[in-house]
Amino acid sequence: MAFLQRRTSSIAAPATGAAIVVSIAALVPLGFILWITFQTGWGTASALLFRPRVGQLLVNTTLLEALAVPLSVLLGVALAWLTERTSLPGARLWSWLAVAPLAIPAFVHSYAWMTVAPGWSGLPAAVSISVLAYFPFLYLPVAAQLRRLDPAVEEAAAALGLDPWRVFFRVVLPQLRFAICSGALLIGLHLLAEYGLYVTVRFDTFTTAIMDQFQSAFNGPAANMIALVLAIYCLGLLVLEQVLRGNARYARVGGGAARMPTPRQLGWYALPCLLLPLAITFLALGVPLLTLIRWLMIGGAGIWHAEVATAFMQTVLLAVVGGLLATITAMPMAWLSVRAPGRLAYILESCHYYVGSLPGVVVALALVTLAVHAFLPLYQTIATLLLAYLLLFLPRALVGLRSSVAQTPIELEEAAMTLGRSPWRAVLATTVRLAAPGAAASMALVGLGIATELTATLMLAPSGVETLATGFWSSTSELDYARAAPYAALMILLSLPLIFLLQAQSKRMAGR
Amino acid sequence: MKTFLLRFVPLAVAAALLFAPGEVRAQADAEAIVVYNGQHASLTEEWVKGFTRDTGIKVTIRKGSDMETANQIVQEGAASPADVFLTENSPAMALVDSAGLFASIDAATRDLVPEEYRPGNGHWIGVAARSTVFAYDKRKLSADKLPKSMLDLAEPSWKGRWAASPSGADFQAIVAALVALKGEQAAADWLKAMKTNSKAYRGNGVAMKAVNGGEVEGALIYHYYYFGDQAKTGENSNNIALHYFRNGDPGAFVSISGAGVLASSKKKAQAQAFVKWVAGKGGQDVLRTGDSYEYAVGKGAESNPKLEPLAKLQAPRVVPDKLNNKKITDMMTAAGLL
Repeated sequence: MAFLQRRTSSIAAPATGAAIVVSIAALVPLGFILWITFQTGWGTASALLFRPRVGQLLVNTTLLEALAVPLSVLLGVALAWLTERTSLPGARLWSWLAVAPLAIPAFVHSYAWMTVAPGWSGLPAAVSISVLAYFPFLYLPVAAQLRRLDPAVEEAAAALGLDPWRVFFRVVLPQLRFAICSGALLIGLHLLAEYGLYVTVRFDTFTTAIMDQFQSAFNGPAANMIALVLAIYCLGLLVLEQVLRGNARYARVGGGAARMPTPRQLGWYALPCLLLPLAITFLALGVPLLTLIRWLMIGGAGIWHAEVATAFMQTVLLAVVGGLLATITAMPMAWLSVRAPGRLAYILESCHYYVGSLPGVVVALALVTLAVHAFLPLYQTIATLLLAYLLLFLPRALVGLRSSVAQTPIELEEAAMTLGRSPWRAVLATTVRLAAPGAAASMALVGLGIATELTATLMLAPSGVETLATGFWSSTSELDYARAAPYAALMILLSLPLIFLLQAQSKRMAGR
Repeated sequence: MKTFLLRFVPLAVAAALLFAPGEVRAQADAEAIVVYNGQHASLTEEWVKGFTRDTGIKVTIRKGSDMETANQIVQEGAASPADVFLTENSPAMALVDSAGLFASIDAATRDLVPEEYRPGNGHWIGVAARSTVFAYDKRKLSADKLPKSMLDLAEPSWKGRWAASPSGADFQAIVAALVALKGEQAAADWLKAMKTNSKAYRGNGVAMKAVNGGEVEGALIYHYYYFGDQAKTGENSNNIALHYFRNGDPGAFVSISGAGVLASSKKKAQAQAFVKWVAGKGGQDVLRTGDSYEYAVGKGAESNPKLEPLAKLQAPRVVPDKLNNKKITDMMTAAGLL
């Protein structure tokens, strides 16, 4: 066995090396902002950091987070409970429809609402549209968790005299804590990174302010200082989630498997209960899709220019190549975190995740400045754009890969080695091949993220390269809503597989 | 099915990796000149279409906004991939010029444009112009209630009643003119009042739409947004009328859109040809007949007949290359508008 261990470690060393390289790359944006802060000098930096405008942005962003995240939690938990644990008619259909809004990019949601209610703006609009666009990120993990809860615990609580409401709050809800925390974190980070939605509803956040500064002064110190605040804010959210998540144990003990829970009979209550999924489906799917259809009809055939086709092709290519690159890059870390876990692996993995939590503007700002000053041949190239995508979507790639690697028994690698394969060939022939479905899912998740990415693409795309997102954006900025419609329709079409993937993933999480 | 997919996916992926970067780059033709564009994309696309039709020279457009692209060119310095720089307003041109990055415009091209629409040093020329206007809701404001001067909008009585797009290059050019005409202190005070008085929208078109929808009574924007919308459906401007400040008021400022050739360009001849085409009959005709509704500035060139004639606007005299840009964004940042 010692021989096998030695051979495995011959892979671990280069894998660690590769993971370290990726982690360093992942730290570049943050390190860069700190360096710029240092360069700017404390006098200028503090003048740019501690001014009323930054305070106002901080208040705006915090209000947005403090309202939209809890509302999404409420909505996500309520919908998940209705679709997973009750006799709601058409529960399966509703559960699909609850995930579907994710196929519509947030800035298409806001575009639809601006058509329906042109004057709606500010905090109320920002919060409402954010909730409609992002609540599925919470619905998904909560629904998956609800599906696999052991009903015996609830039955015991009920037998001890708790009424159904108390059972829910004292037994069910605590067991959802992890799912709620991770979904809420995901939504929180998306809210920080979102640009298009808040521009359309005229609500200023850190991200919109950075873009304003970028458009007025390219990568000036003011933009970088706001980026610093935003990066710290992100870190704050990550820490807050760690604290709220706690480390209580929620796994069942004892043998056997949990039973399927019996759905709660709603009886006549089913009717009022149906109103919630109906209303949400109308607001989060009906409004965007109907508006889009209206604009497509107004525009007629004239809005389907050649540019739309070019943008579609370029988007697909970027998504495929970006998805592939991110998945390959995440491979060493996925392998390490499963096969050779330890302190170092944990730190490296945190680096991989942290860069993904940074908003696109921050990463793009760092790469623009770096390329223009230090790596000029990389400037305005597809390579830089792909690098930005890679950094932004690294966590998505890692999540899918890691779980598939974990499911392949290490014994297969060992068996392959005892049969005479070199360690590399052994890993290639066993784990890599068996992890392929997970890798495909990772690629798809990354690719779909790329297909609707806006801010980094606006800042980094080479001259003449237009994606669906940037094409949509430049049309809406000129208030040409009809011309924007084909881009939006194609983005939604490209994003449809996302729904299937996420549903499948959540089913797998629940083990059903 | 599964094995098929497993075999097919790596193949497809390998093919994509090999061909995709080339495919994407093919859009940016190596032969083409690169135009960094702060102008409206639709106008520049019209110009490019006509220029390529007449000369066979291809053009790649890099989209951006005035100050973004100007600062970008300055940072890129001698390594800039840009051959031509086109803007909506003069401050961005002045910024690139002050960094010494423009080549001189051919004398024959310069002569196509009257002196008042180009800087004395001949490093760039004006190719179009736009006028500041107060676009107001004609259901709410009658002629006697309109502001006499742009400076009046700083008064407390106008609080919450007007809109602008402070993050845009257009508005920043208006502020630059204000600084040039009334001095820095007066401009800083006005901006401070503006922060409390005005509602900020992103984009002049959006601000106009807000006036039309009754959200505010008026907006300080450029004239052509109104005409462009009227020519389409009018759904964003049917309740609107334009008020020209005239009398040399800062609010009567006429902003000059510029074109320049980069000193670092490796395709100077083609770049000069492009600027010449835009300033010449072909480019100026696009302004008259197209849907941009910007003013033509070429000698003998006529603007769209629907527009209020340029000569009647009584615009203040502002030297285009004296408009300081960096200072404007700093002042607006200090006023909390950015």
